[in-house]
Amino acid sequence: MNDEREIALGGGGPGCRKRDPIVVARKVTRSFGGINAVDVDYLEVPRHKITALIGPNGAGKTTLFNLLTGFDTPDSGEWEYDGSPLAKVAAYKVARMGMVRTFQLTKVMGKLTVMENMRLGATNQPGESLAKALFKGIWGAREKEVTAQAEVLLAKFKLDTMRDEYAASLSGGQRKLLEMARALMVRPRLVMLDEPMAGVNPALTQSLLDHIKNLKAEGMTVLFVEHDMHMVRHIADWVVVMAEGRIVAEGPPSTVMKDQAVIDAYLGAHHDVDLGDSTGFERLEEELAHDDESVVGTAGEGLIGHTITELHGAGEPGPATVHAEEKKP
Amino acid sequence: MDFGNILINAFGELISPTTAAYALAALGLAVHFGYSGLLNFGQAGFMAVGAYGYAISTLTFGAPLPVAVLVALVSSVVFAIVLGIPTLRLRADYLAIVTIAAAEIVRYIVTTNGLTEVTGSANGLAAFEGSFYALNPFPQGVYNIGPLGMSERNLWIRVVAWTIVVLACLTVWLLMRSPWGRVLKGIREDENAVRALGKNVYAYKMQALVIGGILGSFAGIIFTLPRGAVQPANYATELTFFLYTCLLLGGMATVLGPVIGAMIFWVVLSLTQGLLYGAIEIGAITFLSNVQAGQLRYILVGVALMLLMVFRPQGVLGNKKELAFA
Repeated sequence: MNDEREIALGGGGPGCRKRDPIVVARKVTRSFGGINAVDVDYLEVPRHKITALIGPNGAGKTTLFNLLTGFDTPDSGEWEYDGSPLAKVAAYKVARMGMVRTFQLTKVMGKLTVMENMRLGATNQPGESLAKALFKGIWGAREKEVTAQAEVLLAKFKLDTMRDEYAASLSGGQRKLLEMARALMVRPRLVMLDEPMAGVNPALTQSLLDHIKNLKAEGMTVLFVEHDMHMVRHIADWVVVMAEGRIVAEGPPSTVMKDQAVIDAYLGAHHDVDLGDSTGFERLEEELAHDDESVVGTAGEGLIGHTITELHGAGEPGPATVHAEEKKP
Repeated sequence: MDFGNILINAFGELISPTTAAYALAALGLAVHFGYSGLLNFGQAGFMAVGAYGYAISTLTFGAPLPVAVLVALVSSVVFAIVLGIPTLRLRADYLAIVTIAAAEIVRYIVTTNGLTEVTGSANGLAAFEGSFYALNPFPQGVYNIGPLGMSERNLWIRVVAWTIVVLACLTVWLLMRSPWGRVLKGIREDENAVRALGKNVYAYKMQALVIGGILGSFAGIIFTLPRGAVQPANYATELTFFLYTCLLLGGMATVLGPVIGAMIFWVVLSLTQGLLYGAIEIGAITFLSNVQAGQLRYILVGVALMLLMVFRPQGVLGNKKELAFA
């Protein structure tokens, strides 16, 4: 599916309107203690597109995922999926509506086989109701369909050889694949992937990227969280950037990567590097090494700042601490 | 020391209605803990609810047998729902605390003097088994099962008890091989993942709690019928721990494990008792009295359980592979 029409109506920018949104969120907030983990004013996720949600650690990406899918309750706000309001809807109902997520910390049922994990994702299995469970005649036929569906997906994700192994025996990367394949068993319309590439080896990453692109081709909408800018640039049609709970920028990847707010969110003052470029980070590191205000690359300070206790008594702030405070914008 | 007699006694325990009751209650725990991951430490409470439900409806309200059994089952269902509503949304350990407390509450309620009219207080209730034995199809006489002779009443209760055990095992097996059972096992592994796949985790956990509770209730009735009495002291917390012993002996997520576990538990108790008493009798052991030997049996069961956990942690019937990843 090559829909080259503009995604946004009017100009891009935080909270801009989309031509065809599948999820619309308004004023969604969630705070833990005094920290505003999520404070999203307005967000639309475009339908049939791959949207990347990026941002530094602690930006509230996963919390936003949890809120949207009903795994956490917001302090305020409302959002709708495909026209139906979703606030205060239980997580399992959200999934049944076709909005299925995966988890950052992969969740597989370790003591079930890979195949059973997959079958668990199937919908409309009458045998899952207690009254019908006793009679195989009622659910046997559906079970065959489910198994066939699972075989196809497992083959696609190269897990077919592991079919009868316990899921606990899979490697970290294979678990990521299994979790994604299992989510697809639900036949979702919106797939929400929380860091799908984390811990997956580079060779597998490429095929995972292809899988995600295929999801779009099959008519699904994808929203995913990712740290690797390279990946994001490759597959995302739209990028939403979060920092400190807010959406600070959004737009097509090529534009967003050069956006001042994004650069600030990720890198502070050192912004004149192209993040989409794989050599960008190296150059940045080089640059920081020559910077008097940065601790990167200076011998003695390191990350643990051991000179603090060695040179000064307890309670007295050492030069390194002062240094760090000065550095903050 | 009469080894023949010791073995016959052990065989008697193998098929005794108490063993059947333990097997049923442990099967209920397998549904709760082994398959669904619900940490129920109040199975004794479910048994008490079943036993008292049956006895009270028979004695106080003169209910016929089917009604009395129905009352017992319905009360255990209500008990399960009352326990489940506040706790099943929370983590597993909360259910453990609530169930252990609830089982004690049940025991204290039936012990209160204020309710002596209905519950018989600490003395309990007796003489409610008439309607059960009235249904006995076996004519009067002595029946032999293997080397064991018994009256028609004892035969009748054994036949009924083990029939219920067989039916319960069959039902649990059918349920656990079904997609419904698969969802339960999924919940045991990770309930959020199951929730993310669109299953109503809360409802499944409640169903599992109720089914295990019903099995516990049946166990309570079977436990109490051959004794002809129901007493609160029988349903203390240690009963739950004996049931867990049976479950772990046999294998947690297995259907026949709890049955085998209950059999091993009672046979070992009977054998050690026979051997210890015999040894004391012939003077081979001089430092123990019969009472102390009785206590020692339970210590030996504990030691046996520890050895089992070290050398065969999956239980007799459990799948070793499942534990490799624990």
